[in-house]
Amino acid sequence: MYFGLSEDQEFFQENIKKFLDDNASVDIIRKIATDQPELQKDIQGGLISLGINNLLVPEEYGGLGLDILFAVAVSQALGSGIAPTAFVGSYVMAPIAILNGGSEDQKKIYLSDIASGKINFAVGFSEFIGAREDCEIVYDNGKLNGRSIFVLDSNNASHIMVADKSGKIFITTMDSKGLTRNHLTTVDKTRSFSEVIFKDVEVELLEKSKDAISPIQKSIDAGRVALAADTLGAAQEMINKAVEYSKERKQFGRVIGSFQAVKHMCAEMAADLEPCYAMVWHAAHCLDEEEEESRFMSCHSKAHTAEVGKAVAKKATEVHGGMGFTDLLGLHYWFKRIGVNRQLLGAPEMVREEAAKIQKLI
Amino acid sequence: MDLNYGPQYEDFKKEVQSFCNEYKDLRFVDSSQSPLASDGKGKHGPELTRADWQKLLIERGYFARSVPKEYGGYGGDPDIIKSRIIATEFSKAKVPSGMGGQGIDMLVPTLLELGTEEQKQKYIMPTLHGEMIWCQGYSEPNAGSDLASLQTKGELIDDEWVINGQKIWTSTAQYAQMMFCLVRTEPDASKHGGISYLLIPMDTPGIEIRPLVDMTLKAGFNEVFFTDVKIPATNIVGNRGDGWAVANATLSHERGSLADPNATMNRVNMLIDLMKEESIDGKKLIDIPVYRDKLMALQGKVVAFQSHSLRTLSSKINPGQDVKLGKMIQKLVGTELRHELEGFAIDIMGEIGTLYEQSPLLRDGGSWQFIYMYFLGLIIGGGTSQIQKNIISERGLGMPREPKVKDS
Repeated sequence: MYFGLSEDQEFFQENIKKFLDDNASVDIIRKIATDQPELQKDIQGGLISLGINNLLVPEEYGGLGLDILFAVAVSQALGSGIAPTAFVGSYVMAPIAILNGGSEDQKKIYLSDIASGKINFAVGFSEFIGAREDCEIVYDNGKLNGRSIFVLDSNNASHIMVADKSGKIFITTMDSKGLTRNHLTTVDKTRSFSEVIFKDVEVELLEKSKDAISPIQKSIDAGRVALAADTLGAAQEMINKAVEYSKERKQFGRVIGSFQAVKHMCAEMAADLEPCYAMVWHAAHCLDEEEEESRFMSCHSKAHTAEVGKAVAKKATEVHGGMGFTDLLGLHYWFKRIGVNRQLLGAPEMVREEAAKIQKLI
Repeated sequence: MDLNYGPQYEDFKKEVQSFCNEYKDLRFVDSSQSPLASDGKGKHGPELTRADWQKLLIERGYFARSVPKEYGGYGGDPDIIKSRIIATEFSKAKVPSGMGGQGIDMLVPTLLELGTEEQKQKYIMPTLHGEMIWCQGYSEPNAGSDLASLQTKGELIDDEWVINGQKIWTSTAQYAQMMFCLVRTEPDASKHGGISYLLIPMDTPGIEIRPLVDMTLKAGFNEVFFTDVKIPATNIVGNRGDGWAVANATLSHERGSLADPNATMNRVNMLIDLMKEESIDGKKLIDIPVYRDKLMALQGKVVAFQSHSLRTLSSKINPGQDVKLGKMIQKLVGTELRHELEGFAIDIMGEIGTLYEQSPLLRDGGSWQFIYMYFLGLIIGGGTSQIQKNIISERGLGMPREPKVKDS
C-alpha cells in the first residue's frame, strides 16, 4: 500500500516547475496579460515538448498512456506556476471524452493527432453542466446550431468539442463555416475562454456519446479533479510566498512572521490545504481504479478545494499587506487563477448538489 | 498510488469481517462509566461484560495486538495495516472496539518503550484487561499550554518520593487506581530538564480528589491535591529529569488519536439519518436546500480528512515518505471539524437541538449536544488549537518564534 505520488510523477512535476521558473516569470506573465499575449504560444509549445499534450493518450495512438492521477499531478505543477497554457480542456477533458466516447476510427484519428501535437481541442460542456437561457445547443441532421459559452482552452485551438443538454458530444474544426468565436475577458489572463456561436455548422458526433452520458461524465469528472489540482498547486504557491514574505518584512522592529496573528493565518492556510492533497489524489485514483466512488470523490474534491483555495487566496494576500494588493508582486495572478478555477465546470454549490444527488439524497 | 493492502491482508480482512458479523448485535450486561464509550446495545446478540469482551478481543488479536504475550497482549508483530483493517471493519459493522482510556492509550506504549521489566510485568496486563484504570497528572492550574512550567514538587527522601502540589483536568481520577504524573524533582535544573515521570497509587495517603464539573456535566474532570504523598523511589519511568521526554513520547500519540476521521464519518452518516427523519413545516431537513448544502460542505471536509489519514498511514509503512506537516495538522483539523459537525446538527434541529440529559423529545440520546461541548474540551485540551497553530507555523513552516518577554 502506498498513498501518494510516484517518483515518476514527482519528477515530471519538477520538470514542469523548472521550465516555468525559467520561462514564465511573473514579468512574462504580466506581458502576456497586458500587451504581448502572443508570448503564451512559446510557453505552451515548451510544455508540449515536455509532453503535457499526450499524457492521457494511449500508447497505441502515440501517447504516453498514463493515468488520470498522472495528469492531475501535472495539473498541480501547472497551477503552482500559473502556467499560461491550455491543459484541462485540451489535454485532460478532450482525450478522455474521445477515449470513452469515440468509435475506433475517431480514437485513431483524433487521439493520434492530439499526441503528435497536430491538433488541439477547445472544450465547451457548459450546456450539459448547467444550461443558461439563450445558449441552447441543438443538433439536427449533422448540423449544429446555438451558442456555447465558456469554451475552455479556446485560444489557438484547431478543433472544438461541444456538448448539448443530453450529453452528446460534437466535434468540428474551429475554422468551420458558420462558426464564430468571441473572446471572453475573465479576471484570469493566463488562460483563454470564449463563447462560440454555431449557425448550421457541420459537426461529427462522438459515436458512443449518442446514447450514453458516461463519456461526458467521465470527462467532466476528470476535468474537475484537474481543476482542483490546479487550485491546489496555486494555493500552495501562495502559502509559500506568504510565509517567505513574512520572514523578510519587518514592522515594529520584528519580522511580521514572528507575530502570532500572522503565524496563525499561515498555519490555518496550511492546515486547510494539506488534506486537499490526499483528497485530490484519491479522487484521481478513483477515476483510474475505483469507478464506484469516482463521481462522489470528484464532486467533493472540486467543491472543497475551491473553498479552501478561496480562503488561502484571501489570507495569503492579506499577509502581504498593501504589497499583496499591488500589481508589483503579481500575487493577484494566483488569486485570479484560483478564483476562475472555482467557477469552471460547476461552482461549489452546484457541485455539492451533484454530490447529494449521487448519494440519492435528492 | 496503490491502495491495495495485498492478498495476505485479504484473508485477514475476511476473518475480521466474520468476527464482526458474529458480534454485531453484542450487548453489554454491565454499564459504562464513560458517556463516550460505544454502546453495544444490540437486542438479540451475545451478552458479555465489558471485561470479557476486552479479553476476547485480545485473545483474537483485535486489541493490544502488538503488546507481547507475557505482558497480556496478543503478541503479534506491529502491523499498521492490520490495525487499520480492524479499526475500519469494527467501525463499519458498528461493533464496539476495545476499551480506551489513558492507561491503555498512553501509559502502556510508554512502559513498553521506556519502562523497567518489573514495571511492565506489574502494570501492563491489568491495564489492558481494564482492571487497572489510570489517570494522567500533567496539567496544573498554572501550567496549561506552558506545561513544562509545572511546579508539583517531588523530593527523594530516603527511599521514597515525597510529593506536594496540585494537578487539574484529571479525568477518571475518581475511578483510577494509578496516576502517571509529571513532577518537578530537580529544582536546580532547566525548566524542561527538571521533571520526572512518576507512577502514583491513588490510594496513597495525602491524595485528595475534588470533582471539577465541566460544561457537559458528564465528562468528569477532577482536581487532585498532594500533601506529603509518599511513594517508592522505584516508581519512576526513565531517569530523574527525563520526564519531559518520556511524556512527549505519548503526547504525540494522544494528539493523533483524538480525532479519528472514520468516527467523524460515522457521525456524518448519523446526521444524514437524522435529516431524513426530522422535518419542519412538513419538509424533511434533507430536502431543505440550504441545510443540504451545508451538510455536503461538511461531508466534503470529512472526506478530505479521511483521504488524508490514508496518506499519513502510508507514510508509516513507506519509510522516506514525508508527511511531517500532514501529521502536525491532525489534532487541529480533526477536533475543530468534529465540533463544527456536531454543532451543525444542533442548528438544524432548531429548539429540539437544545435538549439534554433525560429530557422528553431528546434525539439520539443527547449525543449531539454532549459531543459538541466535549469536543470544545478536546479543542482546548492536549495543546489548544492556538498552540497547534504555533507548532504548525514554527516547526512546519519554519516561521520564527515570538520573542521572549524579558523579566521585569
